Amino acid sequence: MLSVALRHAFPGFTLDAGFEAPAGLTALFGQSGSGKTTVVNAVAGLLRPQSGRIAVGDTVLTDSGRGIFLPPHRRGIGYVFQEARLFPHLTVRQNLLYGHWFTGRGRQPDLPRVVEMLGIGPLLPRRPAALSGGERQRVALGRAILSHPRMLLMDEPLAALDQPRKEEILPYLERLRDHAGLPILYVSHSPAEVARLATTVVLLDRGRVTAAGPVAAMLSDPAIAPLLGLSETGAILAARVEAQEADGLTRLSTPSGPLFLPRVKADVGAMLRLRILAQDVMIATAAPQGISALNVVPVQVRDLTPTGDGVLVRLDAGDQVILSRITARSAAALNLRPGLAVHAVLKAVSVAPGTIGVSAG
Amino acid sequence: MGDWLTPDAWQAVRLSLTVSLWAVAASLPLGILVAYALARWRFPGHGLLNGLVHLPLVLPPVVTGYLLLLTFGRRGWVGQWLDQVGIVLAFRWTGAALAAAVMAFPLMVRAIRLSIEAVDPRLEQAASTLGAPRVWVFLTVTLPLILPGILAGAILAFAKAMGEFGATITFVSNIPGQTQTLPSAIYAFLQVPGGEGAAARLVLIAIAIAMAALFLSEWLSRLVARRIRGL
Repeated sequence: MLSVALRHAFPGFTLDAGFEAPAGLTALFGQSGSGKTTVVNAVAGLLRPQSGRIAVGDTVLTDSGRGIFLPPHRRGIGYVFQEARLFPHLTVRQNLLYGHWFTGRGRQPDLPRVVEMLGIGPLLPRRPAALSGGERQRVALGRAILSHPRMLLMDEPLAALDQPRKEEILPYLERLRDHAGLPILYVSHSPAEVARLATTVVLLDRGRVTAAGPVAAMLSDPAIAPLLGLSETGAILAARVEAQEADGLTRLSTPSGPLFLPRVKADVGAMLRLRILAQDVMIATAAPQGISALNVVPVQVRDLTPTGDGVLVRLDAGDQVILSRITARSAAALNLRPGLAVHAVLKAVSVAPGTIGVSAG
Repeated sequence: MGDWLTPDAWQAVRLSLTVSLWAVAASLPLGILVAYALARWRFPGHGLLNGLVHLPLVLPPVVTGYLLLLTFGRRGWVGQWLDQVGIVLAFRWTGAALAAAVMAFPLMVRAIRLSIEAVDPRLEQAASTLGAPRVWVFLTVTLPLILPGILAGAILAFAKAMGEFGATITFVSNIPGQTQTLPSAIYAFLQVPGGEGAAARLVLIAIAIAMAALFLSEWLSRLVARRIRGL
């Protein structure tokens, strides 16, 4: 568990942020200039805050009140930078083992496992200049893991990469989150990355924390979700695999009734988390007839929240919540109001990748 | 070779090589430290240190030599103290090495400082987050990356030391076999009738050494740039 409380004034900008990051991946989300990198640099010890306290578990890294400021090399915090910052004069293998050399203390480096997890075996004898951007970032990840850190910091590690390279690295980040057991503080301004990777989200706006909590709650809270990006706003639903049907569909049961998805690779009885984006949910006041959508769920309107160009409608489905994003004109035409019984038409339902919303521990 | 150069001239060449090698070798660690401080640290007196280092480049060499004499001469405030522990610099080859080192110092520091500034400080930050203490960051990241720059600075300083004349002759005079370096020997040959031939041969040697040093230093500078880009 990382706990952070910081105050640091720059000309024209004051950072005043406090939050806690539990096990799993905590996304520090905000626009550029919101102070994300400053927070991460303070945690790493690359910036000495004017006042504040930073601790990982029982270890105090910074405490201005008691005059404590551990230098970066004694913090045991792995840092993956936006640009990989590999040492150009060393081979990939030497880069990977650099931190171990200082922090190993008789321990064996876990090189084979990390190399396998990141798929960088063939790169070991090469120099960083001979690597692609995605390869470099994977090596930087491995280098940080092999320095025996107590936690990892990642400052937009994918920002400098194009989409195919991002797709190449995301699975490794998911594996790391789920299997390495290291708390990760992950800076991002990409809602898609946050939705895919985070277990906890901390929202930062102009140097202040405006909201923090588990990712599912944050993405389905109409007051917060728009800040994360409307296209990623959506609900997360728990579901159980009931049967694999002959026509290629998988039948799932949810507290609000059965749902059908194209073949889901999971055993009958398995519990899944489904992700339903608000923009994929239509609302019908009467049970729709002659419609191609398979999944229509009876729900009740809980509340309506105006967003930039539309209305975000929160729908109660049993004890779970489904979000729908519709236009203000539709909301008025259907005369939607809290308490109204309607039908939610789900245009698309996806299985949440990895263990989204579930703590890695 | 013996016929081509008189024993006196030959001795001057050898003395110049010895003086220059010692001047560079002894001032290199300080040169690296000063270059690092100027490139990486912000401290009060930064500008003053920078000015002081560059002073020998712009002062008349005779002034530098005279200041050395005042400071390191047997009656000088440092020289007096050195005299008591048995070190005499004035009118000795060691003094010539000191004069050469002082005169070559700005060139050496400039070359090393440029190569340090070309190293991305973010690499050094990365090393520290991986657990490397500051000294080790310097030894394992900064130093390997600037090594060609250091060599280039040393070579340039060596060439400058080989050619040093004004400060040397003011501080340690022109004593054959003791303080008569290559430029002093050329000067001495030109003072006597019929010495032009010997002087011309020494001039050729001086040009050859200077050119070789410049080419070598240029080549090494390119190497440091390639290395930092990781090629």
